[in-house]
Amino acid sequence: MSKIHIPTPLRQYVGKQATVEVSAATVAEAMDALVAKHPDVRRHLYTDEGKLRAFVNLYVNDEDIRYLQKEATAVSEGDSISIVPSIAGGAAGTGDCETAELKPATTMRRCACCPA
Amino acid sequence: MASTITEIPVTLSKDEILRYSRHLIMPEVGMEGQQKLKAARVLCIGAGGLGSPLALYLAAAGVGTLGIVDFDVVDYTNLQRQIIHSTADVGRKKLDSAADKLKGINPFLNLRTFDTRLSSDNALQLFRDFDIVADGTDNFPTRYLVNDACVLTGKPNVYGSIFRFEGQASVFATKDGPCYRCLYPEPPPPGLVPSCAEGGVLGILPGLVGVMQATEAIKLILGIGEPLVGRLLLIDALGMKFRELKLRKNPDCPVCGTHPTITKLIDYNEFCGIRGEEKPVANGVPEIQVEELKRRLDAKDDVFVLDVREPHEYQICNIGGHLIPLNDLPKRVSELDSSREIVVHCKMGGRSAKAVAFLQQAGFKKVHNLAGGINAWAERVDPTVPKY
Repeated sequence: MSKIHIPTPLRQYVGKQATVEVSAATVAEAMDALVAKHPDVRRHLYTDEGKLRAFVNLYVNDEDIRYLQKEATAVSEGDSISIVPSIAGGAAGTGDCETAELKPATTMRRCACCPA
Repeated sequence: MASTITEIPVTLSKDEILRYSRHLIMPEVGMEGQQKLKAARVLCIGAGGLGSPLALYLAAAGVGTLGIVDFDVVDYTNLQRQIIHSTADVGRKKLDSAADKLKGINPFLNLRTFDTRLSSDNALQLFRDFDIVADGTDNFPTRYLVNDACVLTGKPNVYGSIFRFEGQASVFATKDGPCYRCLYPEPPPPGLVPSCAEGGVLGILPGLVGVMQATEAIKLILGIGEPLVGRLLLIDALGMKFRELKLRKNPDCPVCGTHPTITKLIDYNEFCGIRGEEKPVANGVPEIQVEELKRRLDAKDDVFVLDVREPHEYQICNIGGHLIPLNDLPKRVSELDSSREIVVHCKMGGRSAKAVAFLQQAGFKKVHNLAGGINAWAERVDPTVPKY
């Protein structure tokens, strides 16, 4: 089994877990297993065409898969897969607001009702 | 590793020698190191969550010149984490508040304040006068702006970012190291990064990450230790776990690669997919004002109040509405009776506007958005309802 580390912004889509265990031989298989178990997380990680979103990086242990064999990178027993999305919270901000649940927002960038 | 700072001979007065004695007695710092700190010029972007501890510790450590860029005013809700500001500073410019505390800690500090929003028009000019930039900003367009400006001016970018109780830290844009775009070539499109309706941030978190940024800046200045160049530190404050991932410089990076295609600053709002002003837009959904809702409820009209906030917000305050969090609305729409007048509210009117748009598409004809949300209700109808 390998462990997939789930970043905070995505934990709500995987039953609030910080890690999900999967049985897989490659990164692609591991991610398929994740998405099969937790379909709600799919669209935050992948485009409609099935490509990993550009602001999400995947690591096997501490190596970026872009510099290994990408999604064909082999995963062994006990390996960790990390999903690392870009986050921007810092000085004062509320970060970005979700709108995609109901309808993708084309004109709204930040929802003012988010707790600052 | 070699220091990134060109050494300008500076001297330390007797007072300074006493002040920094705990640095001076360490061979890793010593007189030479303290002089390097005094000669160094660090620019902090933001005097907020990350900027507060960052600036405070750099000032205390004896960094000679600190620049701060911030156009904002201290807000009451900032006090939970922006520890450079006090209650008495609410309403003041963050720069003024920060300046008082920083000079209070270290009168030897040469403080330069920039009351402006960092932009493609001013970034290159600003960065040229400093040796290191510390990025403590809170939005994607500025992060890409800071990164690109750092690469173009050859200044290291001491990076930190946070979300709820997780953080990231690294050092980007050194000559041989990766830049932010090597890690994240593209920002998330607006509307796709997960919810900040459940956002918020653990007050201590920017403290943890901000001091890491200060640490990295000091290490770069002194030329000691192993900086976070080529390393992404992931901080999980809840588990108190620290993990590290390897970052590589991308030879095809458009800004720091071998054949850069970005050689000047761009329109970062456009790059991040933002058009025009960032403010909540009702998108033409029908609205009702809080006074009108109050009138109808008092008259015992048949109005169904739907609250689309999260359960923990409902616990803070509520006006007795039926709670269906926005995310759950599609699944639970059968709980609503489309023959009734429905007024939808959230905290400030943004999420509820989306809910109204959704319900209209689902065939509901008698829905209105409560303009300004429960905050407006607290402000204008019932002051006993707390604001948050």
